[in-house]
Amino acid sequence: MTTPVHFTHNGRPVSLFTEAGESLLSLLRLKLGDQTPKYGCGQGGCGACSVRIDGQLRLACLTLAETVDGAEVETVAALSAPNLDPLQEAFMDHFAAQCGYCTPGMIVAARTLLDTNPRPSRDEVIEAISGNLCRCTGYEPIIDAILAVAAQEVSA
Amino acid sequence: MSLDFRKDLFADERDDNLNVVGKPIRRQDILGHVTGTSPFFDDNKFDNLLHLKCVRSPHHHARIVSIDTAKAEAMPGVVRLLRGRDVPVNLNTLLSLLDFGLDDEPVLAETKVSYWGEPIVAVIATSEQAALDAVAAVEVRYEELPAVFDVEEALKPGAPTVNETYPGNHFVFYENTDHQRLRFGDTEARFARAAHIVEGRYQLTPIEQAPMEPNGAIAAPETNDRFACYTPTQGLFFSVGTCAKVLDVDLNRLHFIGGTVGGGFGGKVDSVCEPLAILGAMLTRQPVRYVLNRAEEMQVSAPRSAELWEIKDGIAEDGRILAREFKGWFDAGAYTRLTSYGVVKCTGHLPGPYTIPAVKSDIWCVFTNRTPATAMRGFGVLGVDFAIERQMDKGARAAGLGPMEYRLINAYRDGDMKATRRVASNTALVECIQVAAEKAGYPLAPEYKAMTSMTGASLTQIPETVTDSGRRPAGYTAIEKTEVSPGLGEAAQVQPTPAAPVARARTGGASSLPERPSYAPQPAPPQAAPPPAPEPPEPAPAKPRYSRYSSSIRRR
Amino acid sequence: MAKHRGRGTVAVNYPIGMNLGGDPSQALVHSNPEGQFTVALSSIDLGQGMKSVTRQIAAETLGVPVGHVYVDTADSDTGAQCMGSFASRGTHRVGNAVIAAAKEARAVMLAAAARELEVNPTDLETDGLGNIHVKGAPQRSVTTKDAANAAQFKYGESVSGSGIFLIPMSDVDVETGEMNTVSCFAHCAMIVDLTVDDKTGEISDVQINSAYEIGRALNPKLMEQQLVGGAWMGLSHAAYETTEPAYPSRDHRPFDFSSYVMPGPGDLAQHDIAILERPAPDGPFGGKGPGEMCANPVLPAVANAVFDAVGVEIDTLPITPERILRALKEQRGA
Repeated sequence: MTTPVHFTHNGRPVSLFTEAGESLLSLLRLKLGDQTPKYGCGQGGCGACSVRIDGQLRLACLTLAETVDGAEVETVAALSAPNLDPLQEAFMDHFAAQCGYCTPGMIVAARTLLDTNPRPSRDEVIEAISGNLCRCTGYEPIIDAILAVAAQEVSA
Repeated sequence: MSLDFRKDLFADERDDNLNVVGKPIRRQDILGHVTGTSPFFDDNKFDNLLHLKCVRSPHHHARIVSIDTAKAEAMPGVVRLLRGRDVPVNLNTLLSLLDFGLDDEPVLAETKVSYWGEPIVAVIATSEQAALDAVAAVEVRYEELPAVFDVEEALKPGAPTVNETYPGNHFVFYENTDHQRLRFGDTEARFARAAHIVEGRYQLTPIEQAPMEPNGAIAAPETNDRFACYTPTQGLFFSVGTCAKVLDVDLNRLHFIGGTVGGGFGGKVDSVCEPLAILGAMLTRQPVRYVLNRAEEMQVSAPRSAELWEIKDGIAEDGRILAREFKGWFDAGAYTRLTSYGVVKCTGHLPGPYTIPAVKSDIWCVFTNRTPATAMRGFGVLGVDFAIERQMDKGARAAGLGPMEYRLINAYRDGDMKATRRVASNTALVECIQVAAEKAGYPLAPEYKAMTSMTGASLTQIPETVTDSGRRPAGYTAIEKTEVSPGLGEAAQVQPTPAAPVARARTGGASSLPERPSYAPQPAPPQAAPPPAPEPPEPAPAKPRYSRYSSSIRRR
Repeated sequence: MAKHRGRGTVAVNYPIGMNLGGDPSQALVHSNPEGQFTVALSSIDLGQGMKSVTRQIAAETLGVPVGHVYVDTADSDTGAQCMGSFASRGTHRVGNAVIAAAKEARAVMLAAAARELEVNPTDLETDGLGNIHVKGAPQRSVTTKDAANAAQFKYGESVSGSGIFLIPMSDVDVETGEMNTVSCFAHCAMIVDLTVDDKTGEISDVQINSAYEIGRALNPKLMEQQLVGGAWMGLSHAAYETTEPAYPSRDHRPFDFSSYVMPGPGDLAQHDIAILERPAPDGPFGGKGPGEMCANPVLPAVANAVFDAVGVEIDTLPITPERILRALKEQRGA
């Protein structure tokens, strides 16, 4: 069964059909060509597919595509234009990525935190990214990068 | 987290006056990573993309009685099914590219399955869901067989045969030996003289590489009858060679594109997805995507091998280790993959970074009915390092020494003879121990602080060695001690940077070591004494041996 | 019932590259008309930084700014054979191949510069900023851009090079295990301090002090990435990970990340690292490979620290709270 959905994808209105049971991740990657959210587990266990739906952090792999009708969906691509997000700069400066596969989801999670809590403690940063697994870095540089942006945004 | 450089150490061996090297320059790939635009294999876009999923064994060990695909083939969206008979060369072993080991693993199982999750039928459909639905509709009848999961049980006579290529449930090493040996000095004589004997038994566990990007591949027809394969492989030409072999095509019909990989840690060396994706593209003339889901990645894709170790140390009154014996069992799972190589690598690593005048080791590569094991970070070494360093802790206590002092006394130094019969050089263990102690506030007495890797070699000759197998074929001569690379077998020799010794061996780098008899397919030499139990197999594969790189690497 | 602090120590070394050799890697280097170089490899960057480290090696060897080099990995049509990214071989094997290739390309560029400046190529040096000048006379200079351009458009010379690095494969003596293993080793000593709760069996407050000897840190931040991330994985192996928790029985196998457990960002150790650099005689600028050996020492160090804390020998991995509690129970019962 196909269902029409209309939503905003990174600020651009889109309308398309979704199959029954199709995930938002599949729709974004295969139908909209937005490859920035990644498939890591399809079980909601790794956070590589993290996106924002109406400003809330969500897992695209567990979100049925038909449920985003009328919503605002943002991926890391929304943060990169027209200028890089300070988090992206900080991740580059702090060497906060190795393979880079978890990075888009991690940055979406971090931006969602900073938008709601501009001066998080280290523990709050840890909690905010605790749904996003990273197998390479040991998390340390990721936490540092996020705290550095928080300090910089508050002082600015 | 803190990090400091001890530039004061080995300063005279280094030129720190470089423009680019040694500088904390941003990663070349980092902009792609933070914007989510780095090109991972699954980020390539295709029209008419097909999806491949596998029917997998629900049993650890079973004979396949029948496979009925009629219902699945008739389902909507199903384009084609692949069976073992569709794979041109449906038996392979990864290291056949290096002429090491016998073909022992099908791409798709035809007659029996030897581990839970072993692929039997591949379904290619227009959507992932259609493929999964059809997978569920394939009817396979099995006759369950007894399974063996314990390495020691597997080696006992009468154990179920896991892998028909190796009926004794163990890999066959060089010259038809049932395990890999190391013999250096006389351990028994030195145990007799030891003040302390320390014994330990250690059990490692299978571990998943767990890269955030799962294994997979997308293959697509290219112009002029070539096929592109987008892959997360850790070895591009390794994967090309494997696919060319099982698909029976020339290497140059395959165009592999990868190089940007979402973590590997050893879990992306086996080329498990590429052959089926390419075969699917060849037979459907459409792009085919085969990506493991996370459950498959965890329980079907090969993990780190579990290892079992027994170590015995003989220690002198003054804390010097006189002798060390190893017995090790690597659990390869159902097929060889890379475990055999891990055993050889491990043997070359023994007895750890210590100078010990008598070392003996026997390691088996054992087949059991679990997921085939393969490489993982620290491959062949991590497991035995756990055992060795536990053993060192117990030895220090037995000798009444601090753990750092005990390690310093026994640490290998430049000029020491190693158990592989090569002289150590460019060592730095002593300095590492001293610096770690300093950082952690571990008090070392002045005589320990004064130690250095540069001097103090305690063993410079190969000790008289007791060998025991009696299975050496006639006409055998020992390896000559050939220098294969600068630094080997010499005392530390420091060269100015940039490093000079880049061998340009365009002709294929023939080794200067003497030619040795090829192992395995031939029957054992008649003069060979009866082997220790269990009886090694006499596999007799009908096909000629396959080796992509045999021009440069001698047969074994 | 109490918490106990314990300390564990280890020392390890690690072989760099495929153990028996026989694992060649190749590199092709070429310049565009403006003296910017492409390094074409079939090697793999799986996060360890292959593209970045070979880029720095190429720039250093060519004598050009790092921004003038771009590394392309992993197309089997454009990159020559490389064995792959495993066995800690990337920096050492591929780095050496890149040096060989870059030296050839540099020689062509310097020869063109020599003709432009009417001097002998041996009298020239690069400043790493994009200039080639006469030794001792920096004013007599030509840019690498102009030299590369002149080579191609005036003298018909290809500013390119190819390189391969191979340690020929060793045999293994079947009786004694005699073999030529790899040509260099990285080293590490580590001290782990941690707390064991004898009521819950939990390990907490892990502090790691480590000293790694890695030949040369070709990029200190890439080195830090490997050492910090690798020690995290080592801790994960030590205390958390298994695909078969009841091994050798196959019961209770995990199929997802909620049952295959790893330390999260809230479970990190404090890790203080010292780096020692004893250049490998045959390493690229002395570099070895830290990517694997960084994980290895943590496993036994944790086990040794647990013994020091509560006096139980845990010789089966992973060191879970259950294993610690069972061992403590046995200890009390004995």
